[in-house]
Amino acid sequence: MTNKYNNVYLNTVSTVVGPFEHEGPLSKRFDRYYKDLYMNERTFENAEVHLMQESIDILLDKLNKKSKDIDLLVAGDLQNQITASCYSALKYNIPFLGVYSACATNTEALIIASNMIDSKKIKNSIVSVSSHNMVSERQFRNPTEYGAPKPMSSTFTATGGAACYLSNQGDIKIDSSTIGTVVDMDQNDPNNMGACMAAAAAKTIYEHLKNLKREANYYDLILTGDLGKYGKEILIEYMMKEYHIDISKNYNDCGLMLYDTDTQKEIHAGGSGPVCSALVMYGDIIPKLKNKKLKKVLYVATGALFSPTLVFQKENILSIAHAISLEVK
Amino acid sequence: MLIEENNITRNSSIFLYSLSFFIHIIIGDDMEKRLYEKIVMNHRPKEHRLRNAITAFIVGGIVGVIGEGLLELYTYYLNVSSSDAAVFMMVTLIFLASLFTALGFFDKWVNFARCGLIVPITGFAHSMTSAAIEFKKEGYVTGLGANIFKLAGTVILYGIVSSYIFGIIRYFVLGGV
Repeated sequence: MTNKYNNVYLNTVSTVVGPFEHEGPLSKRFDRYYKDLYMNERTFENAEVHLMQESIDILLDKLNKKSKDIDLLVAGDLQNQITASCYSALKYNIPFLGVYSACATNTEALIIASNMIDSKKIKNSIVSVSSHNMVSERQFRNPTEYGAPKPMSSTFTATGGAACYLSNQGDIKIDSSTIGTVVDMDQNDPNNMGACMAAAAAKTIYEHLKNLKREANYYDLILTGDLGKYGKEILIEYMMKEYHIDISKNYNDCGLMLYDTDTQKEIHAGGSGPVCSALVMYGDIIPKLKNKKLKKVLYVATGALFSPTLVFQKENILSIAHAISLEVK
Repeated sequence: MLIEENNITRNSSIFLYSLSFFIHIIIGDDMEKRLYEKIVMNHRPKEHRLRNAITAFIVGGIVGVIGEGLLELYTYYLNVSSSDAAVFMMVTLIFLASLFTALGFFDKWVNFARCGLIVPITGFAHSMTSAAIEFKKEGYVTGLGANIFKLAGTVILYGIVSSYIFGIIRYFVLGGV
């Protein structure tokens, strides 16, 4: 399903990151960083709450607004029962919607907020996502201090919090959005998420271009969320063979932009997590849109909808991708 | 009922058409998945298996040498019997692996050496200590106590089961010697 918007704009963004993201190529683009993964909190779960709250605090500071001026907060994360978002929302007393689409959470939240603003139900909204490497390690993999060797195709969950402010006026227009469908491609390797999610990304990009009757080169940049090195290769080839769309010239992946996979060996195939694409988007792409280095960007966040329980029960890993396109005049 | 049956016979051709349509969908879907699987296979990274095996072999060997050195040390200097010294040696290795895990750098060693450090007793100690550190925050009973064997439990269970089986085989083959 593709929707066109008339008066939704993305204005201000804020980012807070952990140590690994700070060492990456985008290190100077983030508002604040921490050298320690605990962020002065007692547990990693609280550290993630801290990250999200801090990103919202920085955003409100930048906007010079109080939390009572905001009509809606849409947030999501990777923790069980999206607790990081719920606990963060407690501080602000803003009407709150918690959403989950794994790593595609950011675009899902943006789409919900955009629809509400476009239909004039609300005037403005904050969209926030977070993820924490250690929380995900523990929840989806092994205890954090356990040094389980990982294959080259595994991805590394980004640590950080990111927030953005949507309203009905500004420079960067949210032009349209495509809500993706759940895709099952018989993939069941939790250490190769790129392969699980590339099909969903391909389908969403295809639907988006078809519904809006656009060519792939209409966009200056097509950006996927966290497919990583191998998922990126799979997507380019699959788009070409299945849908006959060539995206090799104007396509990149956020997971590869956030880290330097050559020097940061622990990253393996690239970054992942809902905040991964948000950090690249808000840290790198939004400033480029603001000074008009880029004019039209398609942002396709991809999520693997799985739980460790179902993987152990031999179920396939499902995936989804939601797309949002941004334009500046 | 009669009318319905008539309808069924009349509609059988429609039914056949729709069946072939569904078969087409299913096979078509399969084609799509097969193509995808092929592309995924083409872009699967090559693991450095030989390099990993050699690293594991060398590091595992070094752990063995350290163990043997400790054994000699204990029998020579502490004048304990070699069976007691073997226990002391294992306790020392377990202690060191647990300490290094708690200090936070043993996981990086394991990531590098892989099975060179996982297969010896150091791996077992590492799995228990890492789970203990992790779940301590959820309390000593509901967290640490309930989860300390999260990773090591499998090793204990199947270790005991297989030792039973081998014991029985040994009894029948060697006649209880």
